[in-house]
Amino acid sequence: MSQNRRDFFKTIAAIGAGGTALSAVTPKKNIAAPENLLSTERKGVLVDTTVCIGCRKCEWACKGAHDIEQGNYEDYQNDKTFETNRRPSAKSLTVVNQYFAEETPATIKLQCMHCDHPACVSACIVGAFSKVENGSVIWDTDKCIGCRYCMVACPFQVPAFEYEKALDPKIAKCDFCYERTKVGKLPACIEICPVEAMTYGKREDLILEAKRRIKNYPDRYYDHIFGEYEVGGTSWLYIAQKDLVSSVFPKLGNNPAPGVSESIQHGLFAYFVPPIAVYALLGGIMWLSKDRETKKENT
Amino acid sequence: MSHLHLPTPISKKFFTPGVIVLSVIALNGIIFLLGRFFFGIGSVTNLNDQFPWGIWIGLDVAAGVALAAGGFTTAALGHIMHRDKYETVIRPALLTAMLGYTFVATGVFVDIGRWYYIWHPLVMWNGNSALFEVGICVMIYVTVLYIEFLPIVTERFIGKVNLPGFLSRFNKFIDRLLRALDRGLSKTMFVFIIAGVVLSCLHQSSLGTLMIIAGPKMHPLWQTPILPLLFLLSAFSVGFPMVIAESLSASRSFGLKPETEVLSSLSKFIAPLLGIYLIGKIGDMVIRETFVYLAEINFISIMFGIEIIIGVIVPLRMFLSPEVRKSPTGLFIASMLVIFGVVMNRFNNFVTAYNPPYAVESYFPSIGEISVTLGFVAIEILMYRLFVMIFPVISIPSTKANIKTKYAIRGVAK
Ligand code: SF4
Ligand code: SF4
Ligand code: SF4
Repeated sequence: MSQNRRDFFKTIAAIGAGGTALSAVTPKKNIAAPENLLSTERKGVLVDTTVCIGCRKCEWACKGAHDIEQGNYEDYQNDKTFETNRRPSAKSLTVVNQYFAEETPATIKLQCMHCDHPACVSACIVGAFSKVENGSVIWDTDKCIGCRYCMVACPFQVPAFEYEKALDPKIAKCDFCYERTKVGKLPACIEICPVEAMTYGKREDLILEAKRRIKNYPDRYYDHIFGEYEVGGTSWLYIAQKDLVSSVFPKLGNNPAPGVSESIQHGLFAYFVPPIAVYALLGGIMWLSKDRETKKENT
Repeated sequence: MSHLHLPTPISKKFFTPGVIVLSVIALNGIIFLLGRFFFGIGSVTNLNDQFPWGIWIGLDVAAGVALAAGGFTTAALGHIMHRDKYETVIRPALLTAMLGYTFVATGVFVDIGRWYYIWHPLVMWNGNSALFEVGICVMIYVTVLYIEFLPIVTERFIGKVNLPGFLSRFNKFIDRLLRALDRGLSKTMFVFIIAGVVLSCLHQSSLGTLMIIAGPKMHPLWQTPILPLLFLLSAFSVGFPMVIAESLSASRSFGLKPETEVLSSLSKFIAPLLGIYLIGKIGDMVIRETFVYLAEINFISIMFGIEIIIGVIVPLRMFLSPEVRKSPTGLFIASMLVIFGVVMNRFNNFVTAYNPPYAVESYFPSIGEISVTLGFVAIEILMYRLFVMIFPVISIPSTKANIKTKYAIRGVAK
């Protein structure tokens, strides 16, 4: 295992946090979640649902970029698709659904939100998930054991699993086109979008841009940037015409999803102090109660 | 105690009608298991992207770990607090824990998609993950249980190694090896015994931490930050009922006299333990004001009601009564209720309470999943029967002279 700098700080912070966590199980934001060592340079995407026309080109491009069977592009132009509420799956890492806000239809693209404090990263038993410098949450096929705990953990219910595969089933989710952005390309879905419904850039800048749009066009936007604070912030941010987005996603607070479980975790173990204390205590009891034995040991 | 109790291998016929029924159930499970390995998890289970965990985790693993709690609770009582009169139940409890955990590990093995990577947590650590903690503790604890069982193996074979044919030339050597092992173990066993109890407390509670990260996906009746404590307390309370139920079934199955005296004094601990658990559970409900969810009668509230009333309150009342504690039938029924309650609780936490936001239909285990789970239970019972026939586990009245007593796991002779 490579102990990188982030892990080191995590460890140091957790030692400090251990004592606190023991006395109070209630999570304190900065203590609990993966330490706030997020790069200020991390990227994000601003999804402006008022611009999206529901052409589903992004779905098609995403499949192309991930070696998933694409099918004919023409087949995507079928309004029937919108009759069902689809979810991202192993066959389609992103989906565009239609929602109604007081009769007005809107199309919204869904994919992994690339949380700043991802539950999947915290949960994964072997650390197959990681949040990387540029904001992407990516998955490592060489580590994953297929336990599906990440799926239990994700508050947006995003990771999918290849249940039909007997060998090498994968956990599938949007990877923010990590392979493409590494070499300076745009994520496939963003590159193909004909109306620029999505803007790729530094997360900080995107929040400013979203605020600017909301301020300048108060009639066009509902005053909320979804993802700015939800579950501790996400890399993908949404603005919409009505209070639509928050009803598309599950009701989630602003605390990082892994918060409670991590503070309990660190409290129970707190760098082996409680286990060793219990061990010593039991050893003491064992030794003291030795006299109860009616027979002497003959060893 | 007036007469001598000695752990002795049981000599009875292995095959009985019951054993044949169990074998059929086991075989049926194995057939579905093969399907899972050849055609993928999806071909045998009803799991999907909304419901990633089903009864293989909720019952085989979560309930399995809880029901193996007899191992560490009796070890704490008998070895650490040195209550010698409970020595006779320690070996059966140890065997049950050993087999139980072996099947928990097997349950994990068949549930994970990439079973050939099951060793990964040993080298790839994520200390933030509750599952990692459970996994590592269970792995170490299984090893500890096998070590704790070793003295029973050496006791069985020292001076009796008798390999057939050309292998017989190794007899002396193996015997010497066993004796050396035995000597070493009897001096160091206390290290493993304490470690076993500590490890159990850790992973029994971490098991409760598992679902906390699911946050609002889990029904508020079960989702609480004190889940680790509740899991630990319920593991404490199910340990002795497991030992009692198992001892009574074994004595009936092998036609022995039930050890009512030991069992009923063991049962005195159960009501207080259940009481503490119940206070935790109800106190948590009052503080978080989740009782509002019980106002309407639906599947969730019914499941919760069954878990608490039939699984906790009724047996708690039963164990308070001296008549129940004195009668084998009463003890058996009350113990089975506690066991049922804990199984329900684990099932509810992992299956009933899990409510994914975008589920299209609810999860119900497939025939394949149920077959595999039943198959595991059947194989475990068969293994238990086999083990107590080979090794000195169950104590039976004996007139033999006093044998050398040994520290720790070794049986008592009084
Ligand atoms: S949305 Fe889910 S899968 Fe994506 S980063 Fe967040 S927790 Fe992980
Ligand atoms: S399924 Fe894979 S990625 Fe998900 S938690 Fe398990 S090991 Fe980690
Ligand atoms: S960022 Fe890449 S992986 Fe994610 S939805 Fe867009 S194309 Fe697909």
